[in-house]
Amino acid sequence: MSKGFPETRTDAAMSELVPEPRPKPAVPMKPVSINSNLLGYIGIDTIIEQMRKKTMKTGFDFNIMVVGQSGLGKSTLVNTLFKSQVSRKASSWNREEKIPKTVEIKAIGHVIEEGGVKMKLTVIDTPGFGDQINNENCWEPIEKYINEQYEKFLKEEVNIARKKRIPDTRVHCCLYFISPTGHSLRPLDLEFMKHLSKVVNIIPVIAKADTMTLEEKSEFKQRVRKELEVNGIEFYPQKEFDEDLEDKTENDKIRQESMPFAVVGSDKEYQVNGKRVLGRKTPWGIIEVENLNHCEFALLRDFVIRTHLQDLKEVTHNIHYETYRAKRLNDNGGLPPGEGLLGTVLPPVPATPCPTAE
Amino acid sequence: QDKEYVGFAALPNQLHRKSVKKGFDFTLMVAGESGLGKSTLINSLFLTNLYEDRQVPEASARLTQTLTIERRGVEIEEGGIKVKLTLVDTPGFGDSVDCSDCWLPVVHFIEEQFEQYLRDESGLNRKNIQDSRVHCCLYFISPFGRGLRPLDVAFLRAVHEKVNIIPVIGKADALMPKETQALKQKIRDQLKEEEINIYQFPECDSDEDEDFKRQDAEMKESIPFAVVGSCEVVRNGGTRPVRGRCYSWGTVEVENPHHCDFLNLRRMLVQTHLQDLKEVTHDLLYEGYRARCLQSLARPGARDRASRSKLSRQSATEIPLPMLPLAETEKLIREKDEELRRMQEMLEKMQAQMQQSQAQGEQSDAL
Repeated sequence: MSKGFPETRTDAAMSELVPEPRPKPAVPMKPVSINSNLLGYIGIDTIIEQMRKKTMKTGFDFNIMVVGQSGLGKSTLVNTLFKSQVSRKASSWNREEKIPKTVEIKAIGHVIEEGGVKMKLTVIDTPGFGDQINNENCWEPIEKYINEQYEKFLKEEVNIARKKRIPDTRVHCCLYFISPTGHSLRPLDLEFMKHLSKVVNIIPVIAKADTMTLEEKSEFKQRVRKELEVNGIEFYPQKEFDEDLEDKTENDKIRQESMPFAVVGSDKEYQVNGKRVLGRKTPWGIIEVENLNHCEFALLRDFVIRTHLQDLKEVTHNIHYETYRAKRLNDNGGLPPGEGLLGTVLPPVPATPCPTAE
Repeated sequence: QDKEYVGFAALPNQLHRKSVKKGFDFTLMVAGESGLGKSTLINSLFLTNLYEDRQVPEASARLTQTLTIERRGVEIEEGGIKVKLTLVDTPGFGDSVDCSDCWLPVVHFIEEQFEQYLRDESGLNRKNIQDSRVHCCLYFISPFGRGLRPLDVAFLRAVHEKVNIIPVIGKADALMPKETQALKQKIRDQLKEEEINIYQFPECDSDEDEDFKRQDAEMKESIPFAVVGSCEVVRNGGTRPVRGRCYSWGTVEVENPHHCDFLNLRRMLVQTHLQDLKEVTHDLLYEGYRARCLQSLARPGARDRASRSKLSRQSATEIPLPMLPLAETEKLIREKDEELRRMQEMLEKMQAQMQQSQAQGEQSDAL
């Protein structure tokens, strides 16, 4: 990842800073527009093709975490998203799945391929979340796991002899499953999102949305959005990281109208109008997962995979990870963490709350 | 031939007429976490709009909310029979991040009603005892879980010996038929494993016809009832209007037995077993409470304490209840003592009131 010239902060901006400011994403300097009197074709636009070829060769990582009470269809949804059995699925009634007493973190990796592009997908499940009678602080193991991945990456980064490609286990996206009560968020939902929206990209989804009629869905979503706003919870895509007007208009529409996505997942196919579709068959009709009149699964899939996948990774790296890194360096008196680095290569970062030019 | 006819075959009619005149009391408790369709189901069951003025607080308000017990009364009349229905709600149940012991207020409430009845029954004026005991508890299980959750188990274990429990699966239109069956089986297994006693619908008489017996068996097998509630009337494909929920992929009909068990629940709860629920509450659950209560009082220490503190003012929990009667005279003595104590209490209350109004009249700070 190349870092361009960071934006310099004016004094006015400094006075508005909150204790732990998050650095704006590094934006490459806008190119000076050249008088388009170019003679002939240079061929710089082939860089896109070159990048594409390289990406296809190396493949890329994507780590997605799912959080929510048991039975909300987390595993099924992830399997539906990636059209493969990528998640630990405990929906079989015969299996003796005891609810774990504490929240466990289970990461399962798969390599999936499409159109010559390889993706190393890791699904991180969190069984036990919200299932106990007392769920105080049940988000702590999750926060700990996320920070541990940042720590792992940081340690690799500060190594003298660095790996060519640092393995990226950081959580790029956290799907939070809201129970479709029809009333509002639960206290636990608020607590989780308050704590974790500052360390990871949270995408809230309304699970098992086939229990709500259109009006109920729309009212519920409005109420949830309002509650999140009132409580200062910023879910992905966060307003402060919209890079330009185009981003802002696109994301505004998603934030204010579509999210949270009301989804239904399924791994069973049924015949509808001569086509085989993924769905749920009930005595009163068949719910088609990919039918936008039935639920918003297709919107979620397009959002996470087809349009914002790369952005999810970038925000994770440029914002969340950088916040973690800055805090760690500050805590360490400006020195990078880890042993054997005292007083060596890197100059100490000044202990100010705002990281300036590197 | 008239001479051989005594005439007590008319007894049931007399009873019937008396109960019609007297009316019928029933207290139904509805419990379960919020968002499972409890209020909608109650409105559907009794064709009322009991929860019109209800406001569900937002999540941030519920962060520090404790469980409250709410009572709503409604008088329903049908076919000349008046039913005074009291609904007991438990808003806040299962809501907090930490739900430890959140069922204790409910247990306490149920026992309070028993205690009240016990006192009334042992008192002197027994003609108009108000029966506020909880006759039935509809416990709502989430269709989104994988059976009973730890909180469900804890609640059921705390109340199953004190109230008739009828478990239902709320918002059952979230489930496909196979999922419903699997969930019901899982819940039944868990209830057995955790030794939770739910209300047992009694066996039907052996002289009922086969059809009725089969229907009865089917209904019993569908417990826990998977229900869907709705107060909206929809038109399903141009046929007659029915109560249901309209989705883009079809309409769920509340009263369609292929869609959900609403009819079964209504039939078993309201149409056939209302009286039995009251009887089981009185003959089994209340008697159990009473026996436990009196046994604990019959311990030596308790007896002395009770006799010593008879005439002094006492808190509600320490009122000496009549002991297991050893002889009729002793029983009478105790009843008289009770009356004396109550009159004493009333006197003291009146005195306090007089003093209070006096103080207010004089506008002084005395007392």
